[in-house]
Amino acid sequence: MMAKTPVQFSLNGSSAAVFVDDAQNLLDVLRRGVGDLTPKYGCGQGTCGSCTVLIDGEPHLSCLTLAETVEGRSVETTNGLAAGPNLHALQEAFMENFAAQCGYCTPGMLMAAKALLDRTPRPSREEVIEAISGNICRCTGYDPIIDAIMAASGQATRRTG
Amino acid sequence: MVTITTVDTLQEAAASSGQGSSLLGGGTLLMRGVNYGDQDVSRIVRLRQPTPLAGISSEGERIRLGAFATMATIMKSGDTAFLHPVARAVGGPAIRNMATVGGNIFAPHPYGDFAVALLVLDARLRMSDGSEMDLDRLLPVRDTETRLVESVSALRPAGDDFRFLKVTRVKPRGASVLSIAAWLPRRAGRVSGARVAFGAMAPTPVRVPEVEAALEGVNLDQNGIERALQSVANNLNPPDDSLASGWYRKAVAPVHLGRLLLGQGTR
Ligand SMILES: Cc1cc2nc3c(=O)[nH]c(=O)nc-3n(C[C@H](O)[C@H](O)[C@H](O)COP(=O)(O)OP(=O)(O)OC[C@H]3O[C@@H](n4cnc5c(N)ncnc54)[C@H](O)[C@@H]3O)c2cc1C
Ligand code: FES
Ligand code: FES
Repeated sequence: MMAKTPVQFSLNGSSAAVFVDDAQNLLDVLRRGVGDLTPKYGCGQGTCGSCTVLIDGEPHLSCLTLAETVEGRSVETTNGLAAGPNLHALQEAFMENFAAQCGYCTPGMLMAAKALLDRTPRPSREEVIEAISGNICRCTGYDPIIDAIMAASGQATRRTG
Repeated sequence: MVTITTVDTLQEAAASSGQGSSLLGGGTLLMRGVNYGDQDVSRIVRLRQPTPLAGISSEGERIRLGAFATMATIMKSGDTAFLHPVARAVGGPAIRNMATVGGNIFAPHPYGDFAVALLVLDARLRMSDGSEMDLDRLLPVRDTETRLVESVSALRPAGDDFRFLKVTRVKPRGASVLSIAAWLPRRAGRVSGARVAFGAMAPTPVRVPEVEAALEGVNLDQNGIERALQSVANNLNPPDDSLASGWYRKAVAPVHLGRLLLGQGTR
C-alpha cells in the first residue's frame, strides 16, 4: 500500500494538515487534499505557470513541488487574495484592464504579480514582464496583464502595441 | 509507483542511492519525470533540511556554492555578481526559486546553462564522500556517477574576463538553442589561457580545447578571433531537437561566439 505522510503548513494564513501520498505534488494536494481549486493544472511540467503559488513569499510551481517539502512553510494561493468581499488590488486591476479572458492563467499570473509587488511596490514595465515571464497566457496577448499589474502598483499604464 | 526516502545527510542519501534512485534538488526535472510517469524515476531521496548545503561563501580568489543553492539565491548574493546573468538565464522566476546548482550539473540536453559557466570558471566539485573532482571530468560520466555533489568551487573572474551568452527562440525565456561561456584573461591585451564552453552543442556542456588553443595570444578583434570561429564547426557535433537541428546549431554557433568574443550581445 502507498505510504501516507502527514504534512502541516500554513495556507493563506490558516493552518492546514493533510496526509500526502508518496511523490504527490503540491498542486494535487492543494486541489484534491485541501480543496483549494484556485491553482490550476496546465502542463504538469513547469512550462505554463498556471499552478504558481507563493512558498515563503516566493513564486514556486506547485506542480513541480514535492508536497512534503512544504512542511512548516507558508503557502499562498489566489484563494487568499481577497479580504472577505473586498478583492485584492491586483484582482480589481485585472478586471478593470480586461486582463482575464478564459481566466485559466489568471491565478498563476496573480501570484507571480503579488510576489513582485510585495518586494517591489512600484516596478518598471520591464520588471513586470520579467516577473510573469514564466507564465503563459494564450488569450490576452499579455499587454492587458502587464497594464493591470502596473495599475495595481498605482502607476499609469502604457500600452506598447 | 515512486517512493520517497527522507534522510538527514548527503552521505546517507549517497548510501541509499542506487538504480532508479535520485536525489531531489529543486525537483524541476525530477518532479516533471514523476508527473509524466518516467520509468527511470522509481525512488526519490530527499534531504530533510537542505539549507546547510545551500550557502554561498568566499574562499580567496574562488567562490563556493552549495549544491542546493538555487539560481534565485545566486542572483541575490553580492559575492556572485558575475554569475547573475547566468542564473537569470535559467527559466522564469519560479523555476529560479527552485532550480539548484547541483541539479543543473545533471540536467540533460538542452539544459545546463549554469554548468556551462561553471566549466570555464575551473569548477571543482566536492563530492559526498569528501573527495574533489573537476567538473570537466564528471560531465562525461555523470549518468553513472553514484556519488552526489555537495558543493562547487569556482574561480572569481576579474573585470570583463568572464562572458556568457544564451540563444533562445522564445523571448524572454526559453530553453537554449545554445549557450556559450568564455573566460578570457589577457596579458598586454592578448588572450592568455582562454577557456570556452558550449551548452546544447553536445550531449553535455563541453569545453572545446581547439577553440581555446586558437585564441591563445590573439587580440580580441575580428582578425584575431577568426581561427577560433572556424574551429567551432569542426569540433562540435550538436544534437537535433525540437528547438533546432544540429546543422542549424553548427551554422549559428560561430556567429554567436564572435559576438561574445567581441563583446557584442553578452547578457
Ligand atoms: C520550464 C522549465 C524551464 C527550464 N529552463 C532552463 C533553462 O533555461 N536553463 C537550464 O539550464 N535549465 C532549465 N531547466 C531545467 C532545470 O530547471 C535546471 O537545469 C535546474 O537547475 C535543475 O535543478 P533542480 O534542482 O531542479 O534538479 P532536480 O530536478 O531536483 O534534479 C535533476 C537531476 O539532478 C540530480 N541532482 C540534483 N542535485 C544533485 C546533487 N547535489 N548531486 C547529484 N545529483 C543531483 C537529481 O538526482 C536528478 O537526476 C528548466 C526546467 C523547466 C521545467
Ligand atoms: S501546471 Fe505547473 S507549470 Fe504548468
Ligand atoms: S486569459 Fe486565457 S490563458 Fe490567459
